[in-house]
Amino acid sequence: MPVENDLSRMTCPLPRTEYDRVLLGHGSGGKLSADLIQRLFLPALGNDILNALEDQATLHMDGNGASETPTSQPRIAVSTDSYVVKPLFFPGGDIGKLAVHGTVNDLAVGGATPMYLAAAFILEEGLKIEVLQRIVRSMQQACTEAGVLLVTGDTKVVDRGSADQIFITTTGLGTVRSDCNLSIRNARPGDRILISGTIGDHGIAIMSLREGIEFETALESDTAALHDLIRTMLDACPMIRCMRDPTRGGVSSTLNELAQASRVGVKLEEVALPIRREVHAACEMLGLDPLYVANEGKLVAVVPAADAERLLQVMRSHPLGRNAALIGEVVADHKGMVVMRSPLGGTRMVMMLAGEQLPRIC
Amino acid sequence: MKYLTEYRDPVAAKKFQQAIHRITTRPWTIMEVCGGQTHTIVKYGLEELLPPEVELVHGPGCPVCVTPLEMIDRAIEIAARPDVIFCSFGDMLRVPGSRSDLFAVKATGGDVRIVYSPLDCLKIAERHPERTVVFFAVGFETTAPANAMAVWQAKRRRIDNLAMLVSHVLVPPAMNSILSSPNNRVQGFLAAGHVCSVMGYEEYEPLAERFQIPIVVTGFEPLDLLEGIYRCLCLLEAGRCGVENQYARAVRREGNPGALQLLRNVFEVADRLWRGIGTIPQSGYRLRREYAEYDAELRFNVSPLPVLESAECCSGSILLGITKPHECPAFATRCTPERPLGATMVSSEGACAAYYNYGRHRETEVAMLP
Repeated sequence: MPVENDLSRMTCPLPRTEYDRVLLGHGSGGKLSADLIQRLFLPALGNDILNALEDQATLHMDGNGASETPTSQPRIAVSTDSYVVKPLFFPGGDIGKLAVHGTVNDLAVGGATPMYLAAAFILEEGLKIEVLQRIVRSMQQACTEAGVLLVTGDTKVVDRGSADQIFITTTGLGTVRSDCNLSIRNARPGDRILISGTIGDHGIAIMSLREGIEFETALESDTAALHDLIRTMLDACPMIRCMRDPTRGGVSSTLNELAQASRVGVKLEEVALPIRREVHAACEMLGLDPLYVANEGKLVAVVPAADAERLLQVMRSHPLGRNAALIGEVVADHKGMVVMRSPLGGTRMVMMLAGEQLPRIC
Repeated sequence: MKYLTEYRDPVAAKKFQQAIHRITTRPWTIMEVCGGQTHTIVKYGLEELLPPEVELVHGPGCPVCVTPLEMIDRAIEIAARPDVIFCSFGDMLRVPGSRSDLFAVKATGGDVRIVYSPLDCLKIAERHPERTVVFFAVGFETTAPANAMAVWQAKRRRIDNLAMLVSHVLVPPAMNSILSSPNNRVQGFLAAGHVCSVMGYEEYEPLAERFQIPIVVTGFEPLDLLEGIYRCLCLLEAGRCGVENQYARAVRREGNPGALQLLRNVFEVADRLWRGIGTIPQSGYRLRREYAEYDAELRFNVSPLPVLESAECCSGSILLGITKPHECPAFATRCTPERPLGATMVSSEGACAAYYNYGRHRETEVAMLP
């Protein structure tokens, strides 16, 4: 069989036009989301506080916004988030619980004590009142458990088809002690990286219900309010540099943001990652990486090496930190990158998710 | 996890690593054919475990990478039709055509769905009798039997609103093409285990004989690859050629007779265009005449669009092992997974994307955000 293809002259075509519309990937919490923020939102809306890109903004109410300004006045932390989960009810939680926990956590990881919530509901015409009632009851219960008051709200109804049943936006307010200064820019070489428990539980629990890949699992979403765990951690170790809850985009996005913002490298040990068997199995089957799967009740903490072991014990003695683990360290090498050592000794980069995480063909 | 952790065992890996170092006496270039193998090699950093004499070249076995631009443009045009539900495996959605990609079609109102099996398309077709469900049947011999099964069942169950946009390619003709190239540097192959679990490995024996090279049918876990490399090196160092089967837990010489029967019923071998390589004779599948009614290209008379190409990408010499991905001047600067110049950067199984995602820390520093 004669073969005349000269592979050395092979070129690979593929010009790529910029997207002129919003894709689902823009909401995945990965690279496309970051691009949207860097290229569209910040140029138009940026200021010193927003540009810090923390999970929450920390403010002085005397008009001086810079959070580094020393003052004995407690500062106010504010955070907002929208919840569009499908299905509305899933093992371990529902959209209402998520809307309270998510915003409470975004405040708490900044060192704030969550106090007040505002909630806005966008309802699709035709939504069953009974469904709405279940969601609101669940929110009420979550607020009580988290010690926050829902103090103001708004409701809008849109035509059938203009929204998917219900979207909820919550905004939270809390106070930050004057001696607390957590920031994603604070990580230093030598610091240790801790995670409060198993990763990927929420994302896989949701995925197990998705059409086309339904699989039976006893796995539940990890959705939980982390304020009490965080308070315990800060009391025991005020030197914590930074905390984040690795929700959308997973642990990989959180650590890449940390490496970029603190201008350091992050080194992970794959064998140290706490991953449930069910999550591991589902990821193997679907071709997903647990580092990119969402969590709703976990936090990543960066601490000076000297405090790491003690803080780990403190976390493990709390019900929400039972499976806490030391997963890596901050290094001066490969600045801006997250590198993981495999159990076999080789290393690889852990990238931020580009677009949505897609199951591979084979 | 049973049947998985055994193949990632660090102690066993160390033994293979030592054995590889022990037997290697001079430089060798080995190509792993399959993108799934490339993925494992880079994900586990296996190249770091090998002696410097052993060079791995990442072959053309990534279905996303070799699907021609013309076919993706055709898919995009069909997917945009209001009477179509377009179904695909997830990672084809991000592959850019000349002007757009399937994600963008979805954002502008096209009904584009990710499915996990072509058989799901039958269910969708039954639920939407008023529309045509089109499945993008891409991939090597591995994905072909399930696609054949979907068409075969559709005919049997008289589901006539299903169509396949077929772009199936075959491994042995591509290997033949690489070995026949005047610039070839590949001295041994790791053949794709999953392809061989369907096809068997009899058809590789003439290749090994003709080009006097060793071919080791290899699996996808880190230990599989280390063992495959070890066995390939043993043959190379001994100056022997021939086909060996490392992946015996899944592969028999005669393949899977049921799957092969189904493939012969539904598909016939035809010339295929490979992205970046050109047309390779008898290198793919198309639907047999008896199944012509399920052929999306015949059902939708899509007019050929001019294909817009970029000249900067050098994936040809990357596939030949002349250039490593990070040696390309566009790598990680003008060419990234979000804005790929070449197909090898698109899929997570493509050599460039694998280097970009997993291996860049060894070569470059990442650009910092402001």
